Amino acid sequence: MNKKEKPEAENRPDNTAFTQQRLPAWQPMLSAGIVIPLFLIIGLIFIGIGVALFVTSRDLQVLEMDYTGMEQNSPCFSCSDPDQKNCKCTLDFNLDKLFEGPVFFYYALTNYFQNQRSYGVSKDDYQLSGDLDNFKDPDSTCSPYRYDSNNNPIVPCGSLANSMFNDTFKLYQLVAGTKKEVPLDGKGIAWWTDYNIKYRNPSVTPLKNAFNGTVKPLFWPRPAYELDPTDPANNGFINQDFLVWMRRAALPNFRKLYRRITEGDYSTGLPEGNYSLEISYNYPVLNFDGRKKVVFTNVSWMGGKNEFLGIAYLVIGSLCIVMSVVMLIVYAKFKFPEED
Amino acid sequence: EKERRVKANDREYNAKFSYADNRIKTSKYNIFTFLPINLFEQLQRVANTYFIVLLILQLIPQISSLSWFTTIVPLVLVLAITAIKDATDDFFRHKSDKQVNNRQSQVLISGLQNEKWMHVQVGDIIKLENNQFVAADILLLCSSEPYGLCYIETSELDEVICEPPNNKLDKFTGTLFWRNHKYPLDNEKMLLRGCVLRNTEWCFGMVIFALQTKLMQNCGKTTFKRTSIDKLMNTLVLWIFGFLVCMGVILAIGNTVWESLVGKDFQVFLPFDDSHTNAVFSGFLTFWSYIIILNTVVPISLYVVEVLRLGHSYFINWDRKMYFAAMDTPAEARTTTLNEELGQVEFIFSDKTGTLTQNIMVFSKCSINGQAYDIYDEFQQKVEITEKTACVDFSFNPLRDTKFRFYDGRLVEAVKQEDPSVQEFFRLLALCHTVMPEEKYENLVYQAQSPDEGALVTAARNFGYVFRARTPENITVFEMGQPVTYQLLAILDFNNVRKRMSVIRNSLGQIKLYCKGADTIIFERLDVCGLELMDITSEHLNDFAGEGLRTLALAYKDIEEEYFEVWMKKYIFVSTVIENREDQLAALYEEIEQDLKLLGVTAIEDKLQDGVPETIARLNLADIKIWMLTGDKLTAINIGYSCNMLQDDMSEVFIISENTLLEVQQKLSTKEHIVGLSRVSSATDVKSDIQLYPDSVFEEAIIAEYALVITGDSLAHALDPGLRLVLLDVACLCKTVICCRVTPLQKAQVVELVKTHKKAVTLAIGDGANDVSMIKAHIGVGISGQEGMQAVLSSDYSFAQFRYLQRLLLVHGRWSYFRMCNFLRYFFYKNFSFTLVHFWYGFFCGFSAQTVYDQWFITLFNIVYTSLPVLAMGLFDQDVNDRNSLRYPSLYKPGQMNLLFNKRQFFLCTLQGLGTSFLLFFIPYGAFCVLLKEDGSNFSDQQAFAVTIATSLVIVVSVQIGYDMHYWTAINHLFIWGSIAVYFAILFAMQSNGIFGVFTSYFPFVTSRNALSELNVWLVILLTTVVCVVPGLVVSFLRVDLFPTETDKQVRHLQLRKRQEPQEQSLRRVRRTSSRRSAYAFSHQQGYGELITSGRN
Repeated sequence: MNKKEKPEAENRPDNTAFTQQRLPAWQPMLSAGIVIPLFLIIGLIFIGIGVALFVTSRDLQVLEMDYTGMEQNSPCFSCSDPDQKNCKCTLDFNLDKLFEGPVFFYYALTNYFQNQRSYGVSKDDYQLSGDLDNFKDPDSTCSPYRYDSNNNPIVPCGSLANSMFNDTFKLYQLVAGTKKEVPLDGKGIAWWTDYNIKYRNPSVTPLKNAFNGTVKPLFWPRPAYELDPTDPANNGFINQDFLVWMRRAALPNFRKLYRRITEGDYSTGLPEGNYSLEISYNYPVLNFDGRKKVVFTNVSWMGGKNEFLGIAYLVIGSLCIVMSVVMLIVYAKFKFPEED
Repeated sequence: EKERRVKANDREYNAKFSYADNRIKTSKYNIFTFLPINLFEQLQRVANTYFIVLLILQLIPQISSLSWFTTIVPLVLVLAITAIKDATDDFFRHKSDKQVNNRQSQVLISGLQNEKWMHVQVGDIIKLENNQFVAADILLLCSSEPYGLCYIETSELDEVICEPPNNKLDKFTGTLFWRNHKYPLDNEKMLLRGCVLRNTEWCFGMVIFALQTKLMQNCGKTTFKRTSIDKLMNTLVLWIFGFLVCMGVILAIGNTVWESLVGKDFQVFLPFDDSHTNAVFSGFLTFWSYIIILNTVVPISLYVVEVLRLGHSYFINWDRKMYFAAMDTPAEARTTTLNEELGQVEFIFSDKTGTLTQNIMVFSKCSINGQAYDIYDEFQQKVEITEKTACVDFSFNPLRDTKFRFYDGRLVEAVKQEDPSVQEFFRLLALCHTVMPEEKYENLVYQAQSPDEGALVTAARNFGYVFRARTPENITVFEMGQPVTYQLLAILDFNNVRKRMSVIRNSLGQIKLYCKGADTIIFERLDVCGLELMDITSEHLNDFAGEGLRTLALAYKDIEEEYFEVWMKKYIFVSTVIENREDQLAALYEEIEQDLKLLGVTAIEDKLQDGVPETIARLNLADIKIWMLTGDKLTAINIGYSCNMLQDDMSEVFIISENTLLEVQQKLSTKEHIVGLSRVSSATDVKSDIQLYPDSVFEEAIIAEYALVITGDSLAHALDPGLRLVLLDVACLCKTVICCRVTPLQKAQVVELVKTHKKAVTLAIGDGANDVSMIKAHIGVGISGQEGMQAVLSSDYSFAQFRYLQRLLLVHGRWSYFRMCNFLRYFFYKNFSFTLVHFWYGFFCGFSAQTVYDQWFITLFNIVYTSLPVLAMGLFDQDVNDRNSLRYPSLYKPGQMNLLFNKRQFFLCTLQGLGTSFLLFFIPYGAFCVLLKEDGSNFSDQQAFAVTIATSLVIVVSVQIGYDMHYWTAINHLFIWGSIAVYFAILFAMQSNGIFGVFTSYFPFVTSRNALSELNVWLVILLTTVVCVVPGLVVSFLRVDLFPTETDKQVRHLQLRKRQEPQEQSLRRVRRTSSRRSAYAFSHQQGYGELITSGRN
């Protein structure tokens, strides 16, 4: 056959690595030589981390006390009656060794559904960032805590704000029969971003004027601008306790930071001895079978006491090593014949 | 319109009837209608409706658990991408319309003028030239050819014969009024649009139908072909939907229980609002809320699949190894929705002529008077003819055809030495045929109705017996340069029963009969004294046939004048009788075609396309069964041998050519019995094999190889409803099936039979209009660039050479299937891991349809954070490169067995997704129960929890895809690392102070920097990632070691020998040595003899 004249090859596809699917590529192959050592390494690293976590966590001290007052002999039993107003009760406890500082003081609630969707959305972000328009007309998501019965707007509106935890605590050390108050530091217990960005007071001075024509949330004893009578800067929406409360917990059992113990004689911790915790008991939890607790703990580089992570790392690390051994055995026994 | 009145060349008159003009329009939109029409069409799709319903649900405040944008953004994206695709498609339709509409044709309006096709109108007289497309349905008025002959190539019309009966392509009735005479018009006088004018210098015609041409009227809607994965997907989507409803119900019941046990007591802090005063109603609302949240398990974003398929189609179009340079034809994926099906083909139905063979007949060998002309090497072994083999020099002959090749120089010597039998041999070839000569640009060109005849006449021409001209009475031959005119006394035409043709010629009073035909027929009619010669020639004949050549025997006879005159009288008489003319003629022919003297035999090679035997061998290794369906006769068996479909070591080749139902039935049952026996006997040996592949079909266990050859007549009976399953059974047990003399309709029936009863993926490949029906039946491949475009136009894939089929299937098909399956598995896994976290969280948030993640994360997860890596995997991944895919055809088998994505695989990957979601939720849950920052502030807040899980999820699915991916190109790297980077970038941007200040209520999360600066969070993320990914790793590692699949073995094998280049597997065809007598090789058609001689009247 004599070759015909080649027609112009205008339809010839481009000869590029992309069109011809010849792009240079890395073709990883999970061979035994990689997988088994990989597992071994992961296992060792995990065991290392696990041991570190576990040991650190074990050395941390936690003191958790339920003060709901369910039992008759509980000091707060009398306060658990919902009819009681301004009830106070005292919880005594004893530390038999130094509780190393800095000590953090939490309140904890159980069976409390801050993560309920309708509860969580029941707030007005604009209002909380200081938008005065939303003071007069809160967002509809706040319902039923949007207007009071006289149709006055509630500020801050919504279930979340309305249900703010309002038990207060005073801690005393009993030294030679006298009560020595342990100073509690409430500054900077909220997140920086919440304090500086998410929540803003309206730029009206005095702050009180911004709230003209509004009412306080129904459950609140005092309006938002009087949350902290001791520190005028700690009022309104940037009150630290308010901010802590407004950060919804992910799970129904949660702790929230109440105070730090960092000052004076207690900056190194709570010395051993007897203590008395004075509680003004306001917050009702019994009707939904909730519990109220106070928790004292100290923290380390890895945060608070958390056995889960340490144990999990140890377990997974050991499993990885076991698996690498299993794979090694299987590989040695059943590997492909190298030759055809 | 009851009747159509057309006046020639009178546009004004014709305009009164407002006939449609000739502009075609296949496009759907224009610039202005695009948006509304396209949007309307898209919103009719089920998936989009699903989005809309979700959107409406979200607008109900009591139900709305997600913001509106989580649905709007993906919806708009999907609509936009689809719209862009539709717009591109339509753009190309506009372009092709424009191209067709602007084709030029010459119209007679005050002289010949060039006019665009779209301006051609009914009643116009147009002039067509050779090789032009016919612009409309026109009435033929005159032509350049004698006797008003007009050759047309009807390749684009034939097809309709098999279409539903409403087509009326073969009918046309009309009346022509001319000079007060009425002339009836019928279909014979029409040229239909879509035909190409062939071998006719010019012709004139009048346009009768413009746009409403017969062809256009016949363009039925092509059925939309769906792949088996598509069908599986539909089922799976329904299952998932059911699963979604189940989860919704569980959570709704949970909500009812929770509301009545806990929620009603929690009213101090969270009073019921007016709408849900009772727990059951609250549960009902929760159901819908959860449907919204969990909607992402139903993988609507699987539209991406279409993008993948489009990409795979482009890779086919771009492949230079499927580009045929000689004709500048690249491969083309005309359907973009079938690619992965190419990786699952089990049956290939191939046409013969033009597909396996080039439809070029070459005179390759002959035996004259007991002397075989064939080339041998010094050891008397046959020589394989290649490009380099020296061929005979014909330069002595100025009239030679330069393309002709012959390799045995002795034949030329014999001609030059004027060996009388050689002379007579070529004289016969130059005279006994129905070829028309044509002088074209000083070149002699033959117009033969069968390529065999052309080859024979061309051979005679090159050996110095040049057929120059014919009239109805005479034939002029230049014998070694000297013109000799023979009087043609009679043509004893060919028909299927006679299987021979003869001419009787007279030269200077010497009357001779030349006869050529099937060897068996000729040998029966030989003179008794030629027996010795017959034996020798028979041997040669067997040799030739054994090489797959088509053979013909040639013989002559001297006739005495007196005898001839008597015979001629009878012949003229019989020619005019009306009753029984055929039979009487046959008897008369029989009478004179006796006592012939054998001249020799010719052997014609039906040239295979390049690489056909290798391709077929390779496809056979991939367990693909190849059936040849051809309109040709039993000679197709020769091709079967020469292209490796039939082999000498086969146990038996069944030939079924019976004519009655009963006979066919008997024969089939016998064959079934034979095959069945081998099945039983061999079944025990291969039991272990079957256990390994429970999906594999039992028949693969057959060791003995059989082949089935069946003719069209028998097939007609065998396709009878009662018998078709027996046929299928026998056919599938045979290694090779060849169906001869089948009609286009039967081709389609066979494909349909296999497709429906074997539930297999079938592929039909062909080049001609008669293959269209089978091409449309399932995956269709058209051989382009040859002649008519009809096969290509109705095909799904087209390329220029049969050999590209192996690349299409073993490389592109395999990759497509592999990628698609990996893509789907990963996609389901990803969506389940992502979505089901909400389900677990439901148990801890009072079943309140609280989402775990930030709403923006939900919006962007599928379309931004994880779309590109999986897309890159679906487009570029390859476990084995193209060369190895071809080298090891068995890698193709998993696709046929549907191993990579089936219900089991789906179950496994959703289970993996379920497990991952479980771990993704419960590991952070365990940690977040008591998680404190180093500064003591509490950390178990919902948003930090969300960011932790979201980050773990993104990392886990990215690691998983990295592990699933086999082929990391730069693009994959970019997409994977890029997606993670984009995730963090968007996370920090969306949770930044600035954006919160501007859109306070849309971006309420200002968490990430608190959360992600926390060591604990990273410890949780690390733990989650490892725990989620490691089990899969272990399982797949152990599986490869303990239960390796064929692919694993091959891949591992390849890994080991990566360095050393394996030697090419030899797939070359082995030349057969045994003899196998060809049946009868003559592709003639009846009736041409009459046509040629009819000029005398």
